[in-house]
Amino acid sequence: MEVKVLKDILGANEQIAERNRQLLGSNNVFAVNLMSSPGAGKTSLILATIKRLKGKTKIGVIEGDVSSSLDAEMVGKEGVPVVQINTGGACHLDANMISNALGNMPLQDIELLLIENVGNLICPASFALGEHRKVIISSVPEGDDKPFKYPLMFHIADVVLINKTDLSPYLKFDTEAFSQAIKRINAKIEIFQISCATGQGIQQWVSWLLTQMSFLRGTKRIF
Amino acid sequence: MHELAITKSMLDLVLEQAERAGAKEVVKINLVIGEMTGVVEECVQFYFDFLGQGTIAEGAALSFKMVPVTARCQGCGKLFEIKEFDWTCPYCQSNNMEIISGKELFVESIEVE
Repeated sequence: MEVKVLKDILGANEQIAERNRQLLGSNNVFAVNLMSSPGAGKTSLILATIKRLKGKTKIGVIEGDVSSSLDAEMVGKEGVPVVQINTGGACHLDANMISNALGNMPLQDIELLLIENVGNLICPASFALGEHRKVIISSVPEGDDKPFKYPLMFHIADVVLINKTDLSPYLKFDTEAFSQAIKRINAKIEIFQISCATGQGIQQWVSWLLTQMSFLRGTKRIF
Repeated sequence: MHELAITKSMLDLVLEQAERAGAKEVVKINLVIGEMTGVVEECVQFYFDFLGQGTIAEGAALSFKMVPVTARCQGCGKLFEIKEFDWTCPYCQSNNMEIISGKELFVESIEVE
């Protein structure tokens, strides 16, 4: 006997992600899912963002790693609430992990939640967390061919940050070709060039972040 | 590697639907997978052989219907298939397009006894 199913395999994850989004929205918390390869600068970006917004915006951080709490310890020194998730082998965060982590996050005391996904350009693209915006960090040393190799990741993102621009003089990274490749996969995407080491472009990134947050406060709903 | 989590979710969904249908055994699972998801058939099969053990879906045949990535050009309105991730309209060379298919990831049906 054939039974029609026609159900999304990741439907259960999507449902939990939607619940997370509602919980965050009801607490007026704007959540960003930060994704990149290992070493592209997710933690550095979080630290730079915390420093830039100190005293202006209350930030919470969820750190996702296969193992260790190194990132959480580093972020915790900045005096913001941080929850470390160890996926124990899994190559991405999923909505259920975030749901558990939100239980340990003082949502009433924060306005912005930065979620650092596991360093990986493939798997995190398939798992919604309940975030309001998806951000990719792509760094200059990784090369400018990544949009062709990992198109889904660039297709679903709202913003791409090109990090480590201070290394541009030493490396062959064609920013124009890279940007054009991304625009083909995702015409609506925004691209910023930054350097967490020198601070270049961090102000533009933070301005974008604050503008997006104000949308949430205005509408209570963002897609 | 995300095939492990995907296969787990797929198996949960299949077992839930099979139970609802009062099935004793799942003999076949028909999957629809868009090429953009990057899901690799062999990996799903590998994890399924392991995860399915001891369930009523143990040994079920997996059928994969792979869906190519297709897009509609926002410039000329024509439909085309995206190959080798060349994201340019072959008719008018526009780069502005809407993805029509290729992101699917669902269980179409199961065959049970």
